[in-house]
Amino acid sequence: MTPHAALNALTGIDGLLSEEERDLASMVRKYADDRLRPHLADWFEAGDLPAREIAKDLGGLGLLGMHLDGYGCGGSSATAYGIACLEMEAADSGLRSLVSVQGSLAMTAIHKFGSEEQKQEWLPKMAAGDAIGCFGLTEPDFGSDPAGMRTRARRDGDDWVLNGAKMWITNGTVADVAIVWAQTDARIRGFVVPTDTSGFEAREVKHKMSLRASKTAELSFTDLRLPGSAILPEVKGLRGPLSCLSEARFGIVFGAMGAARDCLETALEYADTRKVFDKALGGYQITQMKLADMALELTKGVLLALHLGRLKDGGGITNEQVSLGKLNNCREAIKIARECRTILGANGITLEYPIIRHANNLESVMTYEGTSEVHQLIIGQALTGSSAFR
Amino acid sequence: MNIVVCVKYVPDAQGDRTFKDDNTTDREGVDGLLSELDEYAVEAALKLKESGEGEVTVVTVGPEAAADAVKKSLQMGADKGVHVCDDAIHGSDAAATSLLLAEAIKKSGEYDLVLAGLASTDGTMSVVPAMLAERLGLPQVTQVSTLEVEGGTVKGRRDSDVASDTIEASLPALVSVTDQINEPRYPSFKGIMAAKKKPVETWSLADLGVDAERVGLAGSWTKVTSFAKRPPREKGEIVTDEGDGGTKLAEYLAAQKFV
Ligand SMILES: Cc1cc2nc3c(=O)[nH]c(=O)nc-3n(C[C@H](O)[C@H](O)[C@H](O)COP(=O)(O)OP(=O)(O)OC[C@H]3O[C@@H](n4cnc5c(N)ncnc54)[C@H](O)[C@@H]3O)c2cc1C
Repeated sequence: MTPHAALNALTGIDGLLSEEERDLASMVRKYADDRLRPHLADWFEAGDLPAREIAKDLGGLGLLGMHLDGYGCGGSSATAYGIACLEMEAADSGLRSLVSVQGSLAMTAIHKFGSEEQKQEWLPKMAAGDAIGCFGLTEPDFGSDPAGMRTRARRDGDDWVLNGAKMWITNGTVADVAIVWAQTDARIRGFVVPTDTSGFEAREVKHKMSLRASKTAELSFTDLRLPGSAILPEVKGLRGPLSCLSEARFGIVFGAMGAARDCLETALEYADTRKVFDKALGGYQITQMKLADMALELTKGVLLALHLGRLKDGGGITNEQVSLGKLNNCREAIKIARECRTILGANGITLEYPIIRHANNLESVMTYEGTSEVHQLIIGQALTGSSAFR
Repeated sequence: MNIVVCVKYVPDAQGDRTFKDDNTTDREGVDGLLSELDEYAVEAALKLKESGEGEVTVVTVGPEAAADAVKKSLQMGADKGVHVCDDAIHGSDAAATSLLLAEAIKKSGEYDLVLAGLASTDGTMSVVPAMLAERLGLPQVTQVSTLEVEGGTVKGRRDSDVASDTIEASLPALVSVTDQINEPRYPSFKGIMAAKKKPVETWSLADLGVDAERVGLAGSWTKVTSFAKRPPREKGEIVTDEGDGGTKLAEYLAAQKFV
């Protein structure tokens, strides 16, 4: 039995999925195994990837904005979208990030809060992977606390004029459109900014040791002039970006378990074939204890993800519940990745195997879309009724 | 244009291969899938459909689990499916299978083109397409790496070690395609959802009017009498280079008829 089949046989989780959900999972897995996995180590090492080609592929598979309705989007359940994220992240968190930023952040912002013209203009080509989007909320000085943002949009006649900078923006250097959140005289508002607008600049963030198979950028806006129609009309205040983040966090709840699963499958295979002190590494109690504990955490994490998926599909998920999933699954995934690394010994630190890549990636995954601490504070507030953010 | 594609459900080559007591391939106790070589035929059909109009029907002969091969083809974009399924079919050889396919294709309606893969990835005989063409009285254009349909003719190129033949036939015709012809698509999410609503007919021998005596283990002209695992590879020969390594290597390759 392959490690994949062995894990499935142990957990029986496949039985919780519908036939279509299983077919979707195997489709994404097969695509990732054939087309992405053979290149991941090189992309990671180079800190570069053919994002446009991949986006086009993902559009063809229907994975971009797949949980949104209409405008060329897939109209899938939340759970199905989560499953696609899990399988993408089993390949690499950077590729899942591409899917998340496109579908859950940029497209969701337009879909939820955009005008009909903005939806018609952007959503079909973004769903097809012909246009790439990014989402600019974080600034150099404001991450966990975006309310303090300094990027400003000033009214000038019918136009808006944008000044400021955003930091850590996934897909920023490859995007055709940026959703930019900025302070106005009244509230924080969202803007749909074509990246070829004069005054827009994207510089690549170099020297990352994590999420290297993903483009990250610093954006700057200098007297960037937008027509009045560029504003997202349907939302005011931080609720706008935060509700998009909640969507992306939901995908990460599933995704992180994909990375963990890939590590555990790799370690299972390795423990079976690696001989130490004359027998297979998997035959030692210490190894088995590690493997058993990791399989258990993986199972719990996937069950939590599916639970949240069914809640969301039932229409009743809260942000605090998404935080439970994000906190647990990122935290456990990185623990699993590090533990698997020990099983592979020195081989575990090379890009020959996916483990160190996943472990490093998960540092970012734990940080973006709300750090673990932020999720603890959200959950703490839900439990006690008292906010400890300040 | 109506296109019929013959597809086969085969054991997953990644898994262990097992046989039943009667020396037939175990198709039930193992994970199976649409034969990868048939994906090229499905893709070729979808491309033709997309460049004009028409309908793609996939036909499979196999046990219950073989419905999966039909489903995968529908997920890729075929329009409808036919699954010939009957306990009495178990053990059918290539000739018996071609009989069933022929009857199913006739029953499925009007067609212009019948497509098949290069070979199944389990039996790897490559004979069913030729047998099927004979049974349907169709011209056969087998193992081509290109395919064009224009007016009433189909044209394809068959590449061999020494030459490339361009073969043309009038429609209706049977064509089998190689794995060089295209790059099969992955089913998309929309394809997966759409496939649920596409019609699939399941036909028994009685539905096809085929006598059980003509198929199955008893009705087959050939049968597997025994099988054995391929012996483990022998240890390789090590050529020690004493200044004449190149010559020795060349001699070895020549002796094995590799050069
Ligand atoms: C690879 C990558 C890609 C990213 N992509 C995007 C993107 O596409 N778009 C975007 O807008 N952003 C993106 N981000 C930014 C990400 O969302 C932020 O990094 C994140 O919100 C944390 O902000 P910060 O880095 O400024 O950390 P800070 O907010 O400065 O936090 C530093 C530390 O302080 C802790 N902390 C903060 N507040 C509290 C508190 N009240 N109590 C206790 N501890 C606290 C944090 O948990 C953390 O441990 C990305 C980040 C990375 C690494």
